[in-house]
Amino acid sequence: MKYPLIPAVLALSITLSSQASNAATTVTIGTVNNADMILMQQLSEEFERSHPDIDLKWVVLEENTLRQRLTTDIATKGGQFDVATIGLYETGIWGARGWLTALENLPADYALDDILPAVRDGLSVDGKLYALPFYAESSMTYYRTDLFEQAGLSMPEQPTWEQIRDFAKVLHKPEREQYGICLRGKAGWGENMALVSTLANAFGARWFDEKWRPEFTGAEWSGAIGFYVDLLGNYGPPGASTNGFNENLALFNSGKCALWVDATVAGSFAIDKSQSKVSESVGFALAPKQVTDKGTSWLWAWSLAIPASSDAKEAATEFVTWATSRDYSRLVAEKAGITAIPPGTRQSTYALESYMQAAPFARKTLESLNRANPRDATLKPVPYTGIQVVSIPEFQSIATQVGKLVSGALTGQMSVEQAMKSAQSLTEREMKRAAYYK
Amino acid sequence: MLTLKQTRSLRTLVLGSLAWLLALTLFFPIFWMVLTSFKTEVEAFATPPQLFFSPTLENYLHIDSRSDYFHFAWNSLVISFGSTLAGMLLAVPAAYSMAFFETRRTKSTLLWMLSTKMLPPVGVLVPIYLLFKSAGLLDTRLGLVIVYTLINLPIMVWMVYTAFKEIPKDILEAARLDGATTTQEICRVLLPISKGGLASTILLSLILCWNEAFWSLNLTSSAAAPLTALVASYSSPEGLFWAKLSAVSTLACAPILIFGWLCQKQLVRGLSFGAVK
Repeated sequence: MKYPLIPAVLALSITLSSQASNAATTVTIGTVNNADMILMQQLSEEFERSHPDIDLKWVVLEENTLRQRLTTDIATKGGQFDVATIGLYETGIWGARGWLTALENLPADYALDDILPAVRDGLSVDGKLYALPFYAESSMTYYRTDLFEQAGLSMPEQPTWEQIRDFAKVLHKPEREQYGICLRGKAGWGENMALVSTLANAFGARWFDEKWRPEFTGAEWSGAIGFYVDLLGNYGPPGASTNGFNENLALFNSGKCALWVDATVAGSFAIDKSQSKVSESVGFALAPKQVTDKGTSWLWAWSLAIPASSDAKEAATEFVTWATSRDYSRLVAEKAGITAIPPGTRQSTYALESYMQAAPFARKTLESLNRANPRDATLKPVPYTGIQVVSIPEFQSIATQVGKLVSGALTGQMSVEQAMKSAQSLTEREMKRAAYYK
Repeated sequence: MLTLKQTRSLRTLVLGSLAWLLALTLFFPIFWMVLTSFKTEVEAFATPPQLFFSPTLENYLHIDSRSDYFHFAWNSLVISFGSTLAGMLLAVPAAYSMAFFETRRTKSTLLWMLSTKMLPPVGVLVPIYLLFKSAGLLDTRLGLVIVYTLINLPIMVWMVYTAFKEIPKDILEAARLDGATTTQEICRVLLPISKGGLASTILLSLILCWNEAFWSLNLTSSAAAPLTALVASYSSPEGLFWAKLSAVSTLACAPILIFGWLCQKQLVRGLSFGAVK
């Protein structure tokens, strides 16, 4: 053949240009990979059956990748996503910037009043709702009831961090691979800083004073971080500075942690026999307090929002109202069991006797969510809303850097004092650059 | 006292053992990934890690039920081969002119081309995203083919240039004396002689395109998403899905691993170009 490449080039051009066309409205959903979202993806066949004119396309990504992908698309009005899975933090900032579609005139049977007030408020900006909650979580204390019984200890409804340290000290038996406490140590604004911020709140600390000046060199932050480093360093598992939610979940489920303070969503994993060796002996208590109980349990909601750049807003609204409705919860209970109902969003879920009996963590989850108040999360007054996050765009970058310093103090690369000094100077620099003050 | 023969065998043994050790160390993560893909989620995070267990196919069945593997694999295939073909169509004439009609600026042009590889991709993400949006190339295979072609072009030109430089100019002059046109010179003389070098360039480009994740995750959503996007969809910060992630990674690696195994001679030749000059 004289020109052997021509057929290949032609074939390739045809293949490249043959993107499928469909008469139905396509709704592209960007979401994260976790048990509740996977279930939603599976059950969405029911939605497509009842809405034959809507075709759902899924883009499932790891949390940080999805956040970066959505930010690029929404900020540039790319229009690649019709439904975006975002958290409380992004909803506030993106909603205020006009990047999201306000969800008004929802159907009457949607029962907006049924959604937990803290979650609904967290997803609203100036009274307008910008996302519907798919599931919400707070934080709480997990402990091994069998080990507590053997040691003659009893867990209060809401322990103090000092009590937690005393328990961890008694139950820390590294020679048996049983560690007193597991906590997040992996650096990241959504990793160690989620826990550290609630711990700092408990010690009376705050991210910024009323004039947006950071307070890391104050006694409260130093006390909180010093306590955290001492607790996790002395009574935690080896290599705690690399442990995030998943690593601690694996440790707890394999019976290596006596105590663990983390997301309420872990409750269903810890009691699941198919993935936990200690499913029969897990106890639940509120997240620890110290000088105050304000802001001691965090608040997060994975929610479904519709970007302003979407060209299928109507169909997208149909989907988000379906996926966050009471009917969806009923469908989940029917198809996957009652404990699989997405937690933390609707009061009606917690009014179900069968749910409360099947899910021993449900009462504490609800209590933690009801206590979480992003508008009053610190002992001293602050100019921001948020418990474990500060609702300003600069927070991600600042908290990630501070998270690295806290992790450095945990590994012993630097002292707590050095870490806090560095945190203070880097945060001051960032806040000055962003013109919060001169 | 060792004889010369004994010394040589001892050296061979030591070097051989070291090479095996290095190879096994490099291969171990892939081996562990494949092994984990046949475990249950509980076995996957068991400590101490289990080497012996009852294998299960449940992770592969889960992937089959949740994702359309062949859709992603087909996209990977089309994008990798498409951009490699486009890259070769540009790299061969460029390398030809640089290798056989060298000017004062050839060396600096080659270095400049390579320097574009040093730019962090995230630095140009927003401009490229906006260009793609305006051109209607977001979430299209054609869009990724263009990006991958441009990303890999410098390295492809370099490799083809090195392969062409090994060919004596006299052969081309002889072809010209016989009345060959430039196209005939390239297609009938140059390409057959340098097929080893070209094959390794093609193979390396295919591997680079197959494994590229930054642009594929940022410029595609569903229609044109390749296997890297499928793997990313199984990564989770909340929930233990290590066995499933291992299974999907195995499925994503398998085609290119097999392809690389079959073509390893050409690959080694390509990677050691100019090493003994």
